Amino acid sequence: MIHTLAFYLFAVLVIASGAMVVMARNPVHSVLWLILAFFNAAGLMVLVGAEFIAMLLVIVYVGAVAVLFLFVVMMLNIDFAELRAGFVKNAPLGAVVALILLAELVLGIGAYRVGAIDLGSPDGSAAPLLGEGNTENIGALLYSRYLFLFEMAGIILLVAMIGAIVLTHRESRASRGHQDIGKQVSRRPEDATEMKQPEVGKGVEL
Amino acid sequence: MTEFFISLGMSYEWAWFVATICGILLIALPLMLGVAMIIYMDRKVWAAINLRRGPNVVGPFGLLQSFADGLKVFLQETIIPSAANKGLFIIAPILTFTVALLSWAVIPFGPEAVLADINVGLLYIFAVSSLGVYGVVISGWASNSKYPFFSAMRASAQMISYEVSIGFIIVCVVLWAGTFNLKEIVLAQEGHGFGIVNGYWFNPLLFPIMVMFFISALAETQRVPFDLTEAESELVAGYQTEYSSMSFALFWLGEYANILLMCALTSILFFGGWLPPLNIDLIPWFDIPGIVWLLLKILFFFFCFSWVMATVPRYRYDQLMRLGWKVFLPLSLFFVVVISGFLMIDRGWG
Repeated sequence: MIHTLAFYLFAVLVIASGAMVVMARNPVHSVLWLILAFFNAAGLMVLVGAEFIAMLLVIVYVGAVAVLFLFVVMMLNIDFAELRAGFVKNAPLGAVVALILLAELVLGIGAYRVGAIDLGSPDGSAAPLLGEGNTENIGALLYSRYLFLFEMAGIILLVAMIGAIVLTHRESRASRGHQDIGKQVSRRPEDATEMKQPEVGKGVEL
Repeated sequence: MTEFFISLGMSYEWAWFVATICGILLIALPLMLGVAMIIYMDRKVWAAINLRRGPNVVGPFGLLQSFADGLKVFLQETIIPSAANKGLFIIAPILTFTVALLSWAVIPFGPEAVLADINVGLLYIFAVSSLGVYGVVISGWASNSKYPFFSAMRASAQMISYEVSIGFIIVCVVLWAGTFNLKEIVLAQEGHGFGIVNGYWFNPLLFPIMVMFFISALAETQRVPFDLTEAESELVAGYQTEYSSMSFALFWLGEYANILLMCALTSILFFGGWLPPLNIDLIPWFDIPGIVWLLLKILFFFFCFSWVMATVPRYRYDQLMRLGWKVFLPLSLFFVVVISGFLMIDRGWG
């Protein structure tokens, strides 16, 4: 009972906030709706018993990726009217993309139901379970059966990260903006200040 | 607690529902009271280190100062700037406050006293604390004023930077304990040091991790050496500049609830949570309820927070970023590798 109610609550909220992402006039509001959608998707994951994935969704997407989105959108000075102008023109393209995604989902779930791919059985009892909880299972599978794919994904991400750093990093030794921390830390009060004990009523000569 | 309500003649669902509500109230109300008292303690410690008296007028020893402040704030007018984005401006403090309370659901106060005993407790705390940044960012943006906006940008950069190292530190503890469940992490620390000391801090590999966690916790809660988001000499009051009355108080309460959470987390991850500090029964301290030990540990770490606040000057922004990315990130990564290597040798290759 409460399970079903929670499912419909989360599902409706995901779809509604997904729609609001597209409909919102202000890009910052769009990002915030997107965050709400992520969050409710995490709720759906908890309902199907995938609590580890749910937490990762919140940590990675809500906690990191969406913060950067928000950061960028807030910093940009976007002309809202211009942004809205392309809506009608681009609507058919958007519809096509949406249809393709829907078809892929239907195909994927259909194939899973039929049992064409080895993910476990369609009735919900999943592939070889080793440990007790969700986290142990994912860990055990990732580091044994899918080790190669897992490491590949890691290496691709590493290459992407290094690429981004190489593309944006500029070696600049300009006098402004460069801080030599070692020099700052090794600076002592004796080097920088001088103690004077002036008599009452007399000043200090510098 | 569910059993108690079942014994009153309720069906299981209702008993569970009422028990959960009662549990939430049992945690949230003392927490709010605790936040009020901890603000008083903060000011007293700060005053003592500065050779001042601190609050001493309202009530005996000034104990009721926080309540007087709360009442004052409650009676003030709520001002919403005309240029502000109204909805988000109101949501931001509520979000901060809610998120600060959410994490307490999984904190174990004793072997049985935990509201939600879930398998991914530590990940849950990590996920919820990563939501904390939104209150700050949204309030900064919605205020439509430049100081809050600067503060919001600083806050988001700062919290993302230190969350990375906190993540690696958590990985180290989880590797050693072998579970994400906070209750089991505490139980795994029983007699960790030669069967005498309860707590991971005794472990030479985990002690530096503990120090790093404490410093990252300061940065994550924006306490003093890292309080660039509300650096009053540069940014007026940071993201709280445009807020008044209860919305301001909600930020304040949320901030202190977060600080208490970080203190609780330090005690649970490294100092054995509700367990007494030593595992030997010299004096009958196993008879002292666990929650007293946990509270004492939380108070100790809160004292350390206040102590740091009273003695350390504020970091410069580039120093903050350097510490996060160039010192803590490589160091915590190094410790993840060392600790997993050690555990692999120690616990066999299987």
